[in-house]
Amino acid sequence: MKPGMILRVALIALLLALVLKPEAFTSVFAPFAPEKGPVIYTRSSLLSLSLSHLGLVAVASVAATLVAVTLAILVTRPAGAAFRPLSRTITNVGQTFPPVAVLALAVPALGFGAGPTLVALFLYGLLPIFENAMTGLSTLPAATMEAARGLGLDRWQRLWRVELPLAMPVILGGIRLSVVIALGTATIGSTVAARTLGEVIIAGLLTSNTAFVLQGGLIVGLFAVLIHDALVQLETYLTKRNGRG
Amino acid sequence: MFWDCAPSGSVIAGGVALAAGLALGIPAGAPLRRLGGSLLGLAGLIFVLVQGASAQLDGAGDLARVSPAAGAWCLLLVLMLLMADALAQLNPGPRARAGLLALMLVALLALLWSGTLSDLSVMQEFTSRKNAFRSAALRHLALALGSLGAAAAIGFPLGILCHRNAALRGAALPVLSFLQTIPSLAMFGIMIPILGWLAAASPAARAIGIAGIGFAPAFIALVLYALLPVVANTVTGLAATPPAAIEAARGMGMTGAQRLWKVELPLAMPVILAGLRIVLVQNIGLAVIAGLIGGGGFGSFVFQGLNQTATDLILLGALPTVVMALVAAIVMDILVDLARRIPEPLP
Repeated sequence: MKPGMILRVALIALLLALVLKPEAFTSVFAPFAPEKGPVIYTRSSLLSLSLSHLGLVAVASVAATLVAVTLAILVTRPAGAAFRPLSRTITNVGQTFPPVAVLALAVPALGFGAGPTLVALFLYGLLPIFENAMTGLSTLPAATMEAARGLGLDRWQRLWRVELPLAMPVILGGIRLSVVIALGTATIGSTVAARTLGEVIIAGLLTSNTAFVLQGGLIVGLFAVLIHDALVQLETYLTKRNGRG
Repeated sequence: MFWDCAPSGSVIAGGVALAAGLALGIPAGAPLRRLGGSLLGLAGLIFVLVQGASAQLDGAGDLARVSPAAGAWCLLLVLMLLMADALAQLNPGPRARAGLLALMLVALLALLWSGTLSDLSVMQEFTSRKNAFRSAALRHLALALGSLGAAAAIGFPLGILCHRNAALRGAALPVLSFLQTIPSLAMFGIMIPILGWLAAASPAARAIGIAGIGFAPAFIALVLYALLPVVANTVTGLAATPPAAIEAARGMGMTGAQRLWKVELPLAMPVILAGLRIVLVQNIGLAVIAGLIGGGGFGSFVFQGLNQTATDLILLGALPTVVMALVAAIVMDILVDLARRIPEPLP
């Protein structure tokens, strides 16, 4: 556990340094920049790009989580059971759609900017969360459900105090999957004029400035890895607390 | 508007077919009726589209373009989902599904080749770029299938070693899942300086076509993404072999290698193939990003289209990618089912 913690702190420190003090890395990136070309991306501040990137992902993921979990709850109630096969077909077919294609197809319908990116992130994010929430809510141990009923809990209490807490690690697994995909897709969102960290990478690709590509790539990669790791930790903690681990 | 997009006779006929199709297709119940309904609706939609396109272009000059708007695409999506749902309800066996898939692809190709849709702007974009489209399709397939092959060649042995050796498993799987979290654009970007340096440092690498941009970085990035599903599913599949089967094989006097080839791998095959399905679908999607680093494929159309705000060009890249991913998913599902069925008939 110890070396993992040290590595984590080191990566967070590196990420903060890359975002807040990019000038400090001039000598590191200099060999990759073209002769006399700029080494550090200065067209807009990396901090504001990071915040806008993370903001897009956060808004889309929160909205996707709310909608997907609500839908999964509805579909796993007796009244909504009729929609279960259809919703399964939609998630199965939907997940074969490449995220980039969803983004590209959102542009003709919604124009350029943050809008289509947000919609694409939201739509694509729904699927893994819905799938996992449905699995989590429909594979609860029968004995526990029976006990909850025996305690005299009504439907709402069962949902809030038994079903959702027990299904939480599985639901969180879906959220993690969709956040990681959203972080990657948001990067590509800069090709449709959303303000994200992808801008730095694309600027580097367009001017063959590898220093920019590396700078943007490192920051996005570190964000993704650290967020993924944090969600995995949370999942392990919840699983342990549920006594399923 | 819908009603004045084409001569009124065709609009009424197509609209009635569409409405009847939806009415038959949406209510739950008899899957065959729903399948028929969705087919009828599709036929109606395409009929209106074709009639509408030629009517709109009539006397509008050579440069005029007609393209379906969001409503038509949504209807198409809804009808396709209805069809998929009805088919899922029928639950055909793997062979029947292969037949259905072939039938649908033939119908799609016939529709495209017959020229009935050639008035639509996406198809005009296609005709003006036929050669580029063909090479993009081949490049896209080469990227997706080639990286799958390379990942399988590396991933299977690695997976078998991981199955045998817990320490290696503990080290390899976290590294591979770490690789998979890196956003694709960042991964493709980071490959560029690494491969550029390799090409500069070693003439041998340059001779086999390794360069900072183009095919090589895209290919290697895709292989790296593909490794986790291959290795993880190989390990899971091998770990799930029933101990009784291994015991029986040992009792028959099989050597370790024989057990692996004749017992463990065949039993693990469905899980391994499910891993390959994930890889294939994922890589067909990710190969689009190769368009940004000069790797070719359908991505080059998508990003050209995005740069020039040319919707038809975006569609020309995105639609075949979606079709390719769907076909790959269906084919791999069929293979998984077939692999699952093999061991059972044995007495």
